[in-house]
Amino acid sequence: MSTTNGMTSITRKFFMALSGFFLLVFLLQHCVINMLSVISPEMFNTVSHFMGTNPMVQFALQPVLAFGVVFHLGMGIMLELQNNNARSVKYAMNKPGENATWMSRNMIITGIMIMLFLGLHFYDFWLPELNVKFIQGDMSGLNAAGEFRYFEELQHKFHDPIRTGLYVVSFLFLALHLLHGFQSAFQSVGFRHNKYTPMIKKLGDIYAIMVPLGFVTIAVFHFLNA
Amino acid sequence: MDLTLKIWRQKNREAKGEMKSYPIKGVSPDSSFLEMMDLLNNELIEKGEDPVAFDHDCREGICGSCSMYINGEAHGPDRMVTTCQLHMRKFKDGETIHIEPWRANAFPVEKDLVVDRSSFDRIMNAGGFVSVNTSGNTQDANATPIPKEDADNAFDAATCIGCGACVATCKNASAMLFVSAKVSQLALLPQGRPEAKRRATHMVEQMDHEGFGNCTNTGACEVECPKGISLENIARMNREYLSASMSSDS
Amino acid sequence: MTKLDAKIPEGPIAEKWTKHKNEINVVNPANKRLIDIIVVGTGLAGGSAAASLAEMGYNVKAFCFQDSPRRAHSIAAQGGINAAKNYQNDGDSTYRLFYDTVKGGDYRSREANVYRLAEVSANIIDQCVAQGVPFARDYGGLLDNRSFGGVLVSRTFYAKGQTGQQLLLGAYSAMSRQIGKGKIKMYNRHEMLDVVKVDGKARGIIARDLVSGKIERHSAHAVVICSGGYGNVFFLSTNAMGSNVTAAWKIHKKGAYFANPCYTQIHPTCIPRSGDHQSKLTLMSESLRNDGRIWVPKKKEDVDAIRAGKLKPTQLKEDERDYYLERRYPAFGNLVPRDVASRAAKERCDAGFGVNKTGEAVYLDFSSAIMRYGKEKATVDGIENASDKEIRELGEGVVEAKYGNLFQMYEKIVDENPYKTPMMIYPAVHYTMGGIWVDYNLMTSIEGCYALGEANFSDHGANRLGASALMQGLADGYFVLPYTIGDYLANDIRTGPISIDSPEFVEAEKVVKDDLNKLINNKGTHSVDYFHKRLGKVMWDKVGMARNEKGLKEAIAEIQQIRKEFWEDVRVPGSVDGLNPELEKAGRVADFLELGELFAKDALERNESCGGHFREESQTEEGEALRHDDQYAYVAAWEYTGEPKDAVLHKEELEFKDIELKQRSYK
Repeated sequence: MSTTNGMTSITRKFFMALSGFFLLVFLLQHCVINMLSVISPEMFNTVSHFMGTNPMVQFALQPVLAFGVVFHLGMGIMLELQNNNARSVKYAMNKPGENATWMSRNMIITGIMIMLFLGLHFYDFWLPELNVKFIQGDMSGLNAAGEFRYFEELQHKFHDPIRTGLYVVSFLFLALHLLHGFQSAFQSVGFRHNKYTPMIKKLGDIYAIMVPLGFVTIAVFHFLNA
Repeated sequence: MDLTLKIWRQKNREAKGEMKSYPIKGVSPDSSFLEMMDLLNNELIEKGEDPVAFDHDCREGICGSCSMYINGEAHGPDRMVTTCQLHMRKFKDGETIHIEPWRANAFPVEKDLVVDRSSFDRIMNAGGFVSVNTSGNTQDANATPIPKEDADNAFDAATCIGCGACVATCKNASAMLFVSAKVSQLALLPQGRPEAKRRATHMVEQMDHEGFGNCTNTGACEVECPKGISLENIARMNREYLSASMSSDS
Repeated sequence: MTKLDAKIPEGPIAEKWTKHKNEINVVNPANKRLIDIIVVGTGLAGGSAAASLAEMGYNVKAFCFQDSPRRAHSIAAQGGINAAKNYQNDGDSTYRLFYDTVKGGDYRSREANVYRLAEVSANIIDQCVAQGVPFARDYGGLLDNRSFGGVLVSRTFYAKGQTGQQLLLGAYSAMSRQIGKGKIKMYNRHEMLDVVKVDGKARGIIARDLVSGKIERHSAHAVVICSGGYGNVFFLSTNAMGSNVTAAWKIHKKGAYFANPCYTQIHPTCIPRSGDHQSKLTLMSESLRNDGRIWVPKKKEDVDAIRAGKLKPTQLKEDERDYYLERRYPAFGNLVPRDVASRAAKERCDAGFGVNKTGEAVYLDFSSAIMRYGKEKATVDGIENASDKEIRELGEGVVEAKYGNLFQMYEKIVDENPYKTPMMIYPAVHYTMGGIWVDYNLMTSIEGCYALGEANFSDHGANRLGASALMQGLADGYFVLPYTIGDYLANDIRTGPISIDSPEFVEAEKVVKDDLNKLINNKGTHSVDYFHKRLGKVMWDKVGMARNEKGLKEAIAEIQQIRKEFWEDVRVPGSVDGLNPELEKAGRVADFLELGELFAKDALERNESCGGHFREESQTEEGEALRHDDQYAYVAAWEYTGEPKDAVLHKEELEFKDIELKQRSYK
């Protein structure tokens, strides 16, 4: 495999970690903003409108995010393919569970599940959003009644128990992905320290549970209140 | 003890191999795993069959020759031991034991359980050394004090025996633990610092070139390593490598 | 009887080496590129020699039978490496190291070689540190030392219990650098099966590619044999399974004299044998004797109770224990040289005081050291009124830091916790001081053929002191051969490449192939190990720790018989093509079967006790080894003439100008 794209295995891992870090930050802000919908629909609407119409967010951050997601995904798949190719004859008897966690060994599975979820998520929110704003050219963020449409749309989506269920399951996969990914990213960039690494691992566990739990809470809350 | 062994048999590099079953009786629980294999081979020879080829030499856990994937784990179920130090008391009477060679494309099978690990040597040739010629005039050994902590950490990394259990265990067949142990050892010592960047770059490039997989930080290597080489070394190598590739002079 | 010329330089002993280096021929750098050297074996001697020669500019071809040069058995050396650095300010000096080594070798080594060894010892440490060998250090960042048996100073450098590994990996990394540069061509999984002589000079080897089975011819201007010792002639030893005498034996058969084959070191601290399945013995570093006390029970009934499992060793009170080394040798106590410690253990076990089921084990007890270190640590940590339990825990921590890996190894093998109950140990074959005869330049009696490290005979006399093997291997490879080989090769700068098509190569290859085919086509009934075990039993019983005329004569006859049966009845499965470990083993055992006889013959001829060679006929009233300097102060160098029994003895008289010969005493 050598230096595909002029990158060595460590460089690839480094960029995988960097995009991971970026997505961690994104996830956190996404979770926090969505949490507003549970606390105060008005506040949620205001922030959503800002995020949806601010040119900085739309034309600078959003493409970066899109690139980050695509890169993380593409690189992840490429690494997985290479890694698979590094051992063409498999073991007849293997006990991988004896020395590594399920999460660490199955990032590709949890990753792909998250990718599938993103498809649904884009279909639910992003595509309609693009349609309204850029094809229909309605940047007002208002519904027919002249109120902000964001909260209403959000709640509307969670009418459906199947969709809500799919979201909840996806967040479970997200949690599994994060349980390994958070601390792994630090290792990949070479950050490891006797004192701080245990703290990072703890922090990673907290993050990996709290953020998806936040999303689950939001989905379930709106399902119940819809 | 009476056991059933399922062993990978393969005539040579090109041949197709298969798992074959061998019953074995009267194994002493005090014998080592390889002594059990000796017993099997002796029986096979006296029966006129081809004995099982496996690498072994020192039989005290330091040469790094022995390399068996036993019941789904590198060097078997015990921790901090090589196959030669694994004792039969770790198994139960009547048990079926699967024995396979290390599996990695960078470690092709030569015969039965014997694999070719010369890829490790080639990684070492690429930079696993300090460029100092033999001479009676190198500076006095005590001229540069080395903090005990650094010396101890360098030693811990240097205890790698190059057996390849890390590669065999890693789901990606990555050699990062092996390579990082040498990069770390020499990066921690003042004698190794001058060419630390060059070393990290060259060894990593050679490692990739040999066809090992990418590290995904599962940590399995550290668990199965018979010498307990720490993942800390991989992080250190990542640092060394990244700082080398970011500086303009390398 | 021809006189052997050791080519020892004239002049005072302290100046010989410097003077010699100044006077011998040197090959200029441009010409070194035209010269090829074959190095067989990649342990400390071979690895360091190959690296140094390549650095100097020679084209080196290095061979090892293992899958990587890093796996040579030097890697298993645990304790340390001696060097006269005097960092501890305890009065160490080149002379003192020289003196200790000659005395430790029971005055059967060559003075000039030993002095040179002591002289370059300090350079080795400098060189290894420069290579990145992580020796143990103290909190000030300076190198730490420990003591070893047979000396009164602390001069042993170490890296926990893995000194050999660290030094070998240092030499291996130096080799790796040269392999990367193309100056060393490395042949892994290749075994040398003969040396090729052209016009009386060593000009190449015949080697078998152990993977393909192909027989290959390799030529060079000089051949360097660094193939280690032959302890595996005993079947059970601390040597690696693959350690063998083949390379050394093949050159012996082509004209290299074999010196002092009977000098074998039986190491006192090995893990006792547990049963017939045993394939090898495991050493516990001699460094353990720094802190461990060796004892057996005083009373037979306690021995019986322990063997029956009714009594635990920890239950015996101090006055019920016989610390026999401390009793017999108050000055050196548990740190007497290896031969003395081994014989003392055998004496107690023969008298019926062995503490395990086989009756072949003594205790090595760390409880005093644990308590002593525990008290020190408690004081340092400022713990007042520490309980015995706390002290014990602290002490166990200190002992773990020092010997952790050895204790872990013991526990894995024996399944007992050595922190809580004393270790059991028994002597085992460990090192062979004898080997190929070499002159001061390390050249054998074949011109252009050199022998280094354990494969040669020169530095350790009849007994090797602890931590001296690593020193000798690296001294020979880094600091001696690279100079002395130039003296010979200076005449070869116009020779040009050596052809591998000469009749000599063709003939040697044919002989090798015929021998291999003979083994494969024999189709007998017993495996190679069957014969090897029988040989080992004869060697251990009759040519082991104590030898006598009757036993040795029987041994010679029995070995001849086993050899005969081997060639009639051995079964080697598989074919000569391809990887065939049984075929490799068969060839090695065939050579052991010849060496074993010469070994016994040499032991029979030397009717004195010295170092590791103990003739029951020659002992003091107290049972200590008794030398006969008037008759046996010589090196016995054997010339091969067709059969081991017909070997011709050549004597190199040993002169002791700088050390007075004394009966060794460690009392």
